[in-house]
Amino acid sequence: MSTLEIRGLQVSVNTDAGAVEILKGVDLTIKSGETHAIMGPNGSGKSTLAYSIAGHPKYSITGGTVTLDGVDLLEMTVDERAKAGLFLAMQYPVEVPGVSVSNFLRTAVTALRGEAPKLRTWTGEVKDAMEALKMDPAFATRNVNEGFSGGEKKRHEIMQLELLKPKIAILDETDSGLDVDALRIVSEGVVRAKEANNLGVLLITHYTRILRYIKPDFVHVFANGKIVEEGGAELAEKLEANGYAEYVGS
Amino acid sequence: MSLLTTNYLTPTGREEAWRFTPLKRLGGLHDGTAKVGDRQSLSYKSSASGVKFERISRELATSPVETDDVVMQRVREGAHNVATLTIAANTEVAETITLSRSAQGLDSAEFSRVRIELGAHARATVIMENTGDAFLAEDVEFVLAPGSNLTFVSLQEWNTGSTHLAKHHAIVDRDASFKSITVTVGGSLVRLLPSVEFIGQGASCELLGVYFATEGQFFEHRMFVDHKVPNAKSRVNYKGALAGQGAHTVWIGDVFIRAAAEGTDTYELNRNLLLSDGARADSVPNLEIETGEIVGAGHASTTGRFDDEQLFYLMSRGIELSDARRLVVRGFFNEIVTEIGDAVIQDRLMDRIDNELAKAGS
Ligand SMILES: Nc1ncnc2c1ncn2[C@@H]1O[C@H](COP(=O)(O)OP(=O)(O)OP(=O)(O)O)[C@@H](O)[C@H]1O
Ligand SMILES: [Mg+2]
Repeated sequence: MSTLEIRGLQVSVNTDAGAVEILKGVDLTIKSGETHAIMGPNGSGKSTLAYSIAGHPKYSITGGTVTLDGVDLLEMTVDERAKAGLFLAMQYPVEVPGVSVSNFLRTAVTALRGEAPKLRTWTGEVKDAMEALKMDPAFATRNVNEGFSGGEKKRHEIMQLELLKPKIAILDETDSGLDVDALRIVSEGVVRAKEANNLGVLLITHYTRILRYIKPDFVHVFANGKIVEEGGAELAEKLEANGYAEYVGS
Repeated sequence: MSLLTTNYLTPTGREEAWRFTPLKRLGGLHDGTAKVGDRQSLSYKSSASGVKFERISRELATSPVETDDVVMQRVREGAHNVATLTIAANTEVAETITLSRSAQGLDSAEFSRVRIELGAHARATVIMENTGDAFLAEDVEFVLAPGSNLTFVSLQEWNTGSTHLAKHHAIVDRDASFKSITVTVGGSLVRLLPSVEFIGQGASCELLGVYFATEGQFFEHRMFVDHKVPNAKSRVNYKGALAGQGAHTVWIGDVFIRAAAEGTDTYELNRNLLLSDGARADSVPNLEIETGEIVGAGHASTTGRFDDEQLFYLMSRGIELSDARRLVVRGFFNEIVTEIGDAVIQDRLMDRIDNELAKAGS
């Protein structure tokens, strides 16, 4: 049983014109097995929240705490947070030229497990994970995200989620840019990871369609750098119908 | 050229061709004050048929072209023979031909001439492995008859303190293709002048290279591609990394498309990765075009640091910073190193690159 606890999180981004405050006090608790959806308008700070928890160097934490099972995540390096059990599926996965997917995955799993996996079983695990996400085995020899289509990048993120087995996963618009079939395939991957590892999920999305596959226990409305309303799955339907007008511009 | 020529134009450092090179560190190779010994550090290993290796005396080995490089002029005057590798026409040499040079001595200089000649429609891969303590000036010529195909790999894995100046000049005839892969990872000062001269239509070249300079090392790669006939194609791609105080690399890409060279297709690229402060990468692509009737001509040059987004992505999967940097640097060089096509050499180079990076205190 794991708990990610975010308390009063304030974050600013460093720009040429100085620091700009983006997150204005975020409170959120995610436990193993729970699914939290965050919905909110463009630019409200959802990715900022995701990146800040994962430790992206572009953001400065100006207040608040983030802990995983009581341990301060904000003091950790990016890789230490991953080793502590955190995973971030990125809105825009990064291309790494010259580094093959298989080399990348092997390096990552070795780092996370503290020892190299047995070659034979590992090869099998990767093959199964790729098959489950309907990815061509040829992706293993391609360079990380290089030349992948938008949808392929997202499948690759969820394939990593299944292979790396984190405790808490933040999925930043994993559903954006997916066709109907891919949405189902990717969603099933998330559900499998939840069932296999009792994963806690923070799912950032603009659409309710992914929530048909991955049922949220909680829906949070995010606007102007903080959570402005919380509810159950029915809140998502209401947002889709009415938009965010009542939460912004005040 | 007369053997009695003595009025060399000793470079002062103001000449375009020498403006980046620290002349003081050449040990007198450029001004004639270097003591020249009588060494022959190059050896040949191959039993392939259709391949001949011999040392031809200077008097019998006239060069197909003059050289304007003063060091090469001195080499041509001073070397007693030309190590000549000949691949007979229509011979396809399946195994890699290795020329290994294990230089041993910094007290006197070695002047060396090498010529590699391919007969019509011959095909071969030649690797020149350079190791040891070098104080070397070297003139390498390639003569590619019509339809021939040569891949030439030169590995500069010199010990610290080595000085190596070389010209690699390829004369490429009709429909022949020349591919060179240059790797410079060792030595104190290395200055290579890869050049290609197309003399027949349909000829092509691919000049690839990687270099990694650490503290105090100076590596210069100065290309010249001369499109003097129509419909030839050239590609240049050099990648370098630098780390440490005083690491300095120079890449010059001169491409000349003469009036007669209609249908030319050329592109050159140089990318540098600066891994620390105190290092300097000079990168100067230069296209001179005398005809507009070409297929394409372009160049690009970039010098940058580690990409934070790439490091973040890798680290967010649990990979620690030093390993993430190692992956990114290996990935950066991978595209060119894999072109060598020899797993043992590739692994050795990648290990060396890892070590250089580790030394640089990542
Ligand atoms: N370098 C920067 N300079 C100025 N503003 C920035 C910078 N980086 C981020 N921001 C701003 O921070 C705000 C929050 O961005 P963020 O990416 O977190 O939004 P989001 O909620 O994920 O939006 P979307 O739904 O479009 O993905 C935006 O207004 C963005 O313009
Ligand atoms: Mg976003």
